[in-house]
Amino acid sequence: MFPATFEYHRAHSVKDALALLKRFGQDAKLLSGGHSLLPMMKLRLAQPAHLIDIGAVGELAQIAEEGGKVVIGAGVTHQQIADSALVRGKLQALAEAAAQIGDVQVRNRGTLGGSLAHADPAADYPAAVLALEGEVKLEGAQGTRTVKAQDFFVDLLTTAMNPDEILRQVSFSPIAVGTGCAYLKRPQPASGFALVGVAALVSLGRDGSCEKVRVGVTGLGSKAFRAAGVESALAGKKPEANAIAAAAAHAADGIDCLSDIHASADFRAELARVYTRRAIEKALERCAR
Amino acid sequence: MQVKITVNGQPREDAVEPRMLLVHYLRDVAGLTGTHVGCETTLCGACTILMNGQAVKSCTMLAVQADGAKLTTIEGLAKNGQLHPLQEGFWEKHGLQCGFCTPGMIMAAVDLLSRNKNPSDEEIRHALEGNLCRCTGYQHIVEAVQYAAHKMR
Ligand SMILES: Cc1cc2nc3c(=O)[nH]c(=O)nc-3n(C[C@H](O)[C@H](O)[C@H](O)COP(=O)(O)OP(=O)(O)OC[C@H]3O[C@@H](n4cnc5c(N)ncnc54)[C@H](O)[C@@H]3O)c2cc1C
Ligand code: FES
Ligand code: FES
Repeated sequence: MFPATFEYHRAHSVKDALALLKRFGQDAKLLSGGHSLLPMMKLRLAQPAHLIDIGAVGELAQIAEEGGKVVIGAGVTHQQIADSALVRGKLQALAEAAAQIGDVQVRNRGTLGGSLAHADPAADYPAAVLALEGEVKLEGAQGTRTVKAQDFFVDLLTTAMNPDEILRQVSFSPIAVGTGCAYLKRPQPASGFALVGVAALVSLGRDGSCEKVRVGVTGLGSKAFRAAGVESALAGKKPEANAIAAAAAHAADGIDCLSDIHASADFRAELARVYTRRAIEKALERCAR
Repeated sequence: MQVKITVNGQPREDAVEPRMLLVHYLRDVAGLTGTHVGCETTLCGACTILMNGQAVKSCTMLAVQADGAKLTTIEGLAKNGQLHPLQEGFWEKHGLQCGFCTPGMIMAAVDLLSRNKNPSDEEIRHALEGNLCRCTGYQHIVEAVQYAAHKMR
């Protein structure tokens, strides 16, 4: 099993990659870790005429603190994110999502940018990037722009990116004191992808009520989403069991849930409610510390 | 396309088709058939090798992506006719039956022991999640890795 023939181009910089994208247009695909694209090419579900390898572009492979933000390059691998002391300390839910992707071999190759650009409806990162309100920086022939996570995921395998753009990095505000976050996942036993994955972020106000609540859900519908009904139901409330459960009950509101041999739509919706409650509880435990 | 790849310490230079998978490069070009092809779909781990010290599945990489890299395959573990502690562990603890999964299991375990010198059984199972064995039931594999971890400390 091997891919159809293609021409291979190695980019040494983002500029290089953009020039190659411009030159080959629709016939070209970027190759990062290759752990979504190569399997598709082997099955001939994708047959790009040109592959532009950005795997060796050093400027995409950094995790840094810049201007009070944590900035993660598109080429950073899942394992690097899972192991990063900075990410574990300041964006715990993202590190937890990374650590639960596939297996170690997959995590050693797959990248943040590749996962977000691919936008698999059962991928782990989108939930965490949504709850942590990541900002996705895109660079194209027309210049750079920043898209909020909420506007980035458009539909099944579809994002707000244009075909001539590169996902450069994602930046996050680090978790503040009095804020906790967590990512919990129910894996599909065969593939390891999320049947349902929920990232929650909660900030407690001075009076002990939930000041800010953010919930990102993946695996449930055609794209990952912010569970606005949960967020508004819990905001301003004291974090008591009843209030949390009542808020989490809104996790699947308005979502056309996926249904397959692994889980029916009803079961997925129930999992989303249960995992939302648990993720909120875990985030709250971490606020206290 | 011309690639320069160091395999088990030996630098090589070969002309490969861009679509050639790394596992086929190792088996058919470098002649190292210890790395197995199982599922071809990134699930079984039989094709696991080390690239720059990290475990990767060579069926889901192009040989051209390894240009400039240092690779280690199962053939590169034994030194001067002396088995690597993991190879010895699999032998001593009956960590294999048919042996098909074994090269990949061992390479993934090398990655683990390079990061964690004193893994719990749980950590070993977690690190070998990407490697399937149809024979042993895994218990002996965990024991084999513990044997090696003990010996290497
Ligand atoms: C066995 C297996 C198990 C897996 N399990 C999980 C799991 O449990 N959870 C999970 O979330 N994922 C899982 N994955 C997917 C994995 O995380 C992929 O690594 C990831 O989805 C894609 O990242 P990549 O770097 O490999 O991208 P690639 O495969 O290289 O690229 C994917 C797509 O993104 C585009 N692209 C890549 N980089 C950029 C960029 N910088 N800008 C614009 N476009 C870009 C490519 O053109 C391509 O269309 C699994 C994969 C495998 C093979
Ligand atoms: S042959 Fe590579 S994972 Fe199965
Ligand atoms: S020993 Fe036969 S598959 Fe593992």
